[in-house]
Amino acid sequence: MAAQQPASGRRTANDLRPGESATVCCLKDPQMALKLLDMGCIPGTQVRLAGRAPLGDPLMLVLGDEEYTLSLRVSEALTIQLKD
Amino acid sequence: MVGASKDVRQASPLPGPREAAPERLPRLALIGNPNSGKTSLFNQLTGLNQKVGNFPGVTVDRKTGIAQLGGQRRAEVVDLPGTYSLYPKSLDERVIADLLYNPRSPDYPDFVVVTVDASNLRRSLLLFSQLADLGLPAILALNMTDVAAERGIQLDVATLERELGVPVVPMNARRGVGLAALRIVMADRLAARPPAGRFWQPAPELRPLLAEIRQHFKLPNDYLALHYAHQFRQLHFLSEDDRQYLATLTEKAAFNSTAQQAAETVARYAHINELLLEVVTVTRTERREPASNRIDKVLTHRIFGYLIFLAILFLLFQAIFAWAQYPMQWIDQGISALSAAIQARFHGPLVRLLTEGVIAGLGGVLIFIPQIALLFAFLAVLEETGYMARVTFLMDKLMRPFGLSGKSVVPLISGLACAVPAIMGARTIESWKDRMLTIFVTPLMSCSARIPVYTVLVALVVPDEAWLGLFNLRGLVLMGLYLLGLTSALLSALLLKAVLKARERSYFIMEFPVYRWPRWKNVGLTIVEKVKAFVTQAGKVIIAISILLWVLASYGPGRRQEQAALQMQQTASAGHWSAAETERRVASARLENSYAGSFGHVLEPAIQPLGFDWKVGIALLTSFAAREVFVGTMSTIYSVGQDADLGTVQQKLAGEKDAQGRPFFTPVRALSLLVFYVFAMQCMSTLAVTYRETKSWRWPLGQLVYMTGLAYVASLFVWQVWGS
Repeated sequence: MAAQQPASGRRTANDLRPGESATVCCLKDPQMALKLLDMGCIPGTQVRLAGRAPLGDPLMLVLGDEEYTLSLRVSEALTIQLKD
Repeated sequence: MVGASKDVRQASPLPGPREAAPERLPRLALIGNPNSGKTSLFNQLTGLNQKVGNFPGVTVDRKTGIAQLGGQRRAEVVDLPGTYSLYPKSLDERVIADLLYNPRSPDYPDFVVVTVDASNLRRSLLLFSQLADLGLPAILALNMTDVAAERGIQLDVATLERELGVPVVPMNARRGVGLAALRIVMADRLAARPPAGRFWQPAPELRPLLAEIRQHFKLPNDYLALHYAHQFRQLHFLSEDDRQYLATLTEKAAFNSTAQQAAETVARYAHINELLLEVVTVTRTERREPASNRIDKVLTHRIFGYLIFLAILFLLFQAIFAWAQYPMQWIDQGISALSAAIQARFHGPLVRLLTEGVIAGLGGVLIFIPQIALLFAFLAVLEETGYMARVTFLMDKLMRPFGLSGKSVVPLISGLACAVPAIMGARTIESWKDRMLTIFVTPLMSCSARIPVYTVLVALVVPDEAWLGLFNLRGLVLMGLYLLGLTSALLSALLLKAVLKARERSYFIMEFPVYRWPRWKNVGLTIVEKVKAFVTQAGKVIIAISILLWVLASYGPGRRQEQAALQMQQTASAGHWSAAETERRVASARLENSYAGSFGHVLEPAIQPLGFDWKVGIALLTSFAAREVFVGTMSTIYSVGQDADLGTVQQKLAGEKDAQGRPFFTPVRALSLLVFYVFAMQCMSTLAVTYRETKSWRWPLGQLVYMTGLAYVASLFVWQVWGS
């Protein structure tokens, strides 16, 4: 699971190391994107991987300037592409 | 339309002579993000003055209450499901659209109170801006100001009020701070106008489409028309013709719902960001990690996380298993005493119907209250503190292979105590499919009502000795039965997962609420609400079936019962039996010749392949009232008298011989019966509560057929392979 590279070559939120931050570039899955947008995960937002559940999935993503924490599955994190 | 007939207006407790022309109370809807303190605010506004009904056509609870506003005015408050936007992502959220998009509906609110998390203003304002553009008069309840202050967030309320064009009331709903101000503002707003400002306008190329929709449905603004274009397929109040009309229209205009929604949300955030520049200032001298994050390091730790969760489960289990036993005993004794007192004074068939049918049925309902209250006390505290979200986080991966989610864990474990509160606890699962799976398989977990049956039968055939000199053999068999239940629950979920089609796309993504101390008022109100829902809704079915079962066991076809009783009495006087012995034998003869007894005989050919005879058949039927009745029925059939303890029943069962004179209850026969009790759906309370929670008879009937079928096949297997 660690080195999953999406076809487009862009890193996704699932590729973050614990504690690492990055900026959201785009949202891949249109349906999932609507949900993520509603929850404030919009392109340009900074995200930080706060940690993973002990079994590697789901993961904990801190949004913005430590504003709030989302919990989401790996399959959902894979749709969040990051800026390089 | 389910439940729509009972209109909320009757909830208005307007006393007095002036009620002759009941004036409709102003109606306000409470709306906000999940975890924005909406429930706290609702509880603060309405207190015990709450009523739970249903939104028409869906299984979503519709909580309403009467709030006292400033200046002796009152209003009816409707609590809407928590949501992040007006574009519904789950079935629950759709009721919002149904309520807010039909200005001609009698339920249409006069204004909305939007609860907003002050520590999280940017995201919270998305929903508010959508509501404002719909043209709904609104008040902003700026909640959780304490959390915001803790984080060094300062808000310029005056500027915010000016920018939004609606009253903004800073508050802390959990503590009741700001509540008085909110009541006054609300009373003021009863004759309110919608906010003047617009946050966002649909793109110009959509105007012709929207103008057409607006004109056709006579809508007040373009934004509402836009929502019709987006959501017409899910709006319950539109007719089939209306939907067809909108389908044609949107298709002609090549309206791309997904792209439009995404563009709108992004544009709204841009506007909100701009607005917040003037409103929010963050002063943080040192960047300290929030307390919640530090707690999370422990509570979601890969070892401590599970250990702590296990400890909490253990406590929960203790509570519903052990602590609840005391009040349950009191209820049981109280009901018996009441029946005995009535029977001592009055006689006749009506008195027996009252005591053995109605009061016994009532006892069967009341007996669940301690467990329900305790389970929901726990669940409410776990939910209130924010811990439940972490449980989901920890358990999700483990449950997913079976089609369940992290949220299914607590209902499943609670099912070990009693499926009734456990199924009610599945409410916390948002995804429809996950929730149905959880409800469906929970009764397979071995509940506490199976314990008397397990104990009697295991003790009957399993020797009380140690295995490998270490483990008690009976204990091992008992554990095996529990594991059998758990395994079958998980595998059944897997099976059903393949069969069941999801109604909507389900998302796991959720916000981690910050850790907080529970508000005891919220916990108390949850308990009251759940107990009330169980007693009034499931209780009716339980009492009805109790009475039916009582009739079946007390009356027989023709005069067979009387004849059998008479015959037994003659045998008794010939054999000089004691009065007690005679009474027991007569009761046994009467039961054998009742409708239930006939049912046992009719059933015998069907259950013979499982190794059971007609006596077991009667016990299977009466067990349907509650499994533990098995022991009582066996006592009556084997005429040991009602007050016999388990030991006496065991002796009787052990002494029972088959046609060849060998002991009837061989280990294999007992195992077959045990396996039957592990799987079979023999609990009308569970069926009644499943009906209440799913609002459809399909689910309880499915449980009945599936579980009983499973029990039959499993017992058949046991008896056919090892029995003969």
